[in-house]
Amino acid sequence: MTPTKQPIPKTAWWNNARNRALLFQALLICAVVGFFAYIANNTMHNLEQRGIATGFSFLKQKAGFGIIQTLIPYTEANTYGRTFVVGLLNTILVSVLGIICATILGFIVGVARLSSNWLVSKMAAVYIETFRNLPLLLQIFFWYFAVLRTLPSPKQSLHIGERFFLNIRGAYLPRPIFEDGFGWVTATLVFVALCILFLKLWANKRQEETGQQFPVLLTSLGLLVSLPTIAYFAAGAPLQWELPALKGFNFQGGITVIPELAALLIALTVYTASLIAEIVRSGILSVSHGQTEAASALGLRPGKTLRLVIIPQAMRVIIPQMTSQYLNLVKNSSLATAIGYPDLVSVFAGTTLNQAGQAIEIIAMTMAVYLTISLTISYFMNWYNARSMMKER
Amino acid sequence: MKKLSFIVVAVFLMISASLAAASTLEEVQKRGELQCGVSTGLPGFSATDEKGNWKGLDVDGCKAIAAAVLGDAGKVKYIPLNAKERFTALQSGEIDVLVRGTTWTLTRDTSLGLNFAGVNYYDGQGFMVSKKLGVKSAKELDGAAICIQAGTTSELNLADYFTQNKMKYEPVVFDSHDQTIKGFEAGRCDVLTSDQSQLYGLRTHLPNPADAVLLPEIISKEPLGPVVRQGDDGWFNIVRWSFFAMVNAEDLGVTSKNIDTLKKTDNPNIRRLLGLEGIKGKSLGLADDWAYQIIKQVGNYSETFERNVGMDSPLKIKRGLNALWSKGGIQYAPPMR
Repeated sequence: MTPTKQPIPKTAWWNNARNRALLFQALLICAVVGFFAYIANNTMHNLEQRGIATGFSFLKQKAGFGIIQTLIPYTEANTYGRTFVVGLLNTILVSVLGIICATILGFIVGVARLSSNWLVSKMAAVYIETFRNLPLLLQIFFWYFAVLRTLPSPKQSLHIGERFFLNIRGAYLPRPIFEDGFGWVTATLVFVALCILFLKLWANKRQEETGQQFPVLLTSLGLLVSLPTIAYFAAGAPLQWELPALKGFNFQGGITVIPELAALLIALTVYTASLIAEIVRSGILSVSHGQTEAASALGLRPGKTLRLVIIPQAMRVIIPQMTSQYLNLVKNSSLATAIGYPDLVSVFAGTTLNQAGQAIEIIAMTMAVYLTISLTISYFMNWYNARSMMKER
Repeated sequence: MKKLSFIVVAVFLMISASLAAASTLEEVQKRGELQCGVSTGLPGFSATDEKGNWKGLDVDGCKAIAAAVLGDAGKVKYIPLNAKERFTALQSGEIDVLVRGTTWTLTRDTSLGLNFAGVNYYDGQGFMVSKKLGVKSAKELDGAAICIQAGTTSELNLADYFTQNKMKYEPVVFDSHDQTIKGFEAGRCDVLTSDQSQLYGLRTHLPNPADAVLLPEIISKEPLGPVVRQGDDGWFNIVRWSFFAMVNAEDLGVTSKNIDTLKKTDNPNIRRLLGLEGIKGKSLGLADDWAYQIIKQVGNYSETFERNVGMDSPLKIKRGLNALWSKGGIQYAPPMR
């Protein structure tokens, strides 16, 4: 049976819904492009008229100012472009450390909040309600000006032996110096890591086939400690420590953790962890209690129930919300400028902006950085979320 | 009707945005108030007293311009800015003039779209250390942690000085004067560096000012003065000559106290200063008695200096370079004729 042909009524092309939609979209795009072109043109015109320098050539000029914490070699003779990288790395450092610490602390507190132990759950509740309800900037000031101020001066440093020192200028740790032959230790570590990976795969497979479990964790730890230690001594102990020593005004040598980093990291961690704890709690509560009962009916202990049954299901609720907390943490790290931690905003959108004077370019670059970092985190978390979503079969 | 008015407004916005802005003088007169950028709080230069009134040498600079332009030194809106915000605030037109201990440099004068209208204080960068450190010279500061304010020439001078003398340092950079002195007080750094006049001012913030000493070295030239936007020469002239009027008044011995009796003088220099003869205020676009109003309401340069930072103030700074050229300093104003 052939379909009967209906005569298509003739209409003008602009009455066609599809054409019309295209037309409106084209008009909208023109308007948007025109608007931004006008803004850009107007800005350039005004900058030129007021004699303000434009362009990105300033990035090649000599910076001429010092920065307290640099992850890459930097001196006053380097360029403004280098200060951008230094600031960026400092921002990434505090963000990554903050995300790791806040996640760990948040999970612990979130689980503690649901503990059946009255004291533990109330302490967690007090922690959460205190720290998530105080402005972050205030907390940063608290840790920096109130807590770190009580630390002693360099000459009266708190110390553990002659290796670790703590005073108002920061924490001083020994710096490892790798000598020839340390490559063997590194190679052993890589080898052990591969072994553990295979062990884990093998153990999983065995459990699926026979139901027998293998103590993967203990075996891995044993391997991880023993083999590199043997390699270390076999290679002739190729590791020296550079110890911090009090010289003149302060400690020289070793690794320094500046108090600005510590204060910012503590504040970001404590604040974000209080929010993550609530997310974790909501995630765990979203898993029906029947699951717990079923798990204990199968004979799983409470710890294993939590780890193998509850958390994996709770993660589906937790991950999307964690994404926004991570994004907030990265953006909040720009409050660093209030206590002088040399992050991107403080160094590049602060000192460099002021010395070079090119506000529009510098602010645009800074915004682009935060956008890029945030989108990257968001992309990664979405990927992870898609992976851990319920597989419907 | 609604549609039509929307189109009118939109077109008006687009056209007006591309037209040149009206002159700063007209804007200030229309507003009836001078918007003056000052520091967030630096005793002696710009800070609020216990009643919330702004006081200081830089504040008097703002007042002088208001007296010349509006005839009333009180018609000033003070906008406190930190070092990082100051140029953007001026470039964007948020303030009419910036009087905030700003160092005159080639970069700032040429590539920021700004013009320096004069030097109301000749300064130099110095160091303040805690007395118990026992340091006598800046050359002994190798390895010291140094508190400093972000976005200042001090940051650059410091780096130059330590590099030249092959010394190391640890810069602890804060946003405002207030945080800088707090960091110094807490012991976060051994040394606080800034323009020497600011160090005198900041020292009064310490719980016990006698615990800190200033080192003898001055490591830079810091000519501080009022700043305006480029491209408005009329306004530039007003700001520049408001200051020159105060210096010329000191030179001629005219003070806020004796100015009314001096109206009867036959000294032609004084008569020109007071707008009784000569070019008067016309070429500046101001009232003829513009300089009279400055001196009457604010005082001459010596009066404002002594009152705010000199011997009559807690800072007790000597005139030094800021004395008139005839008295061993380098303050010098072109003649008003």
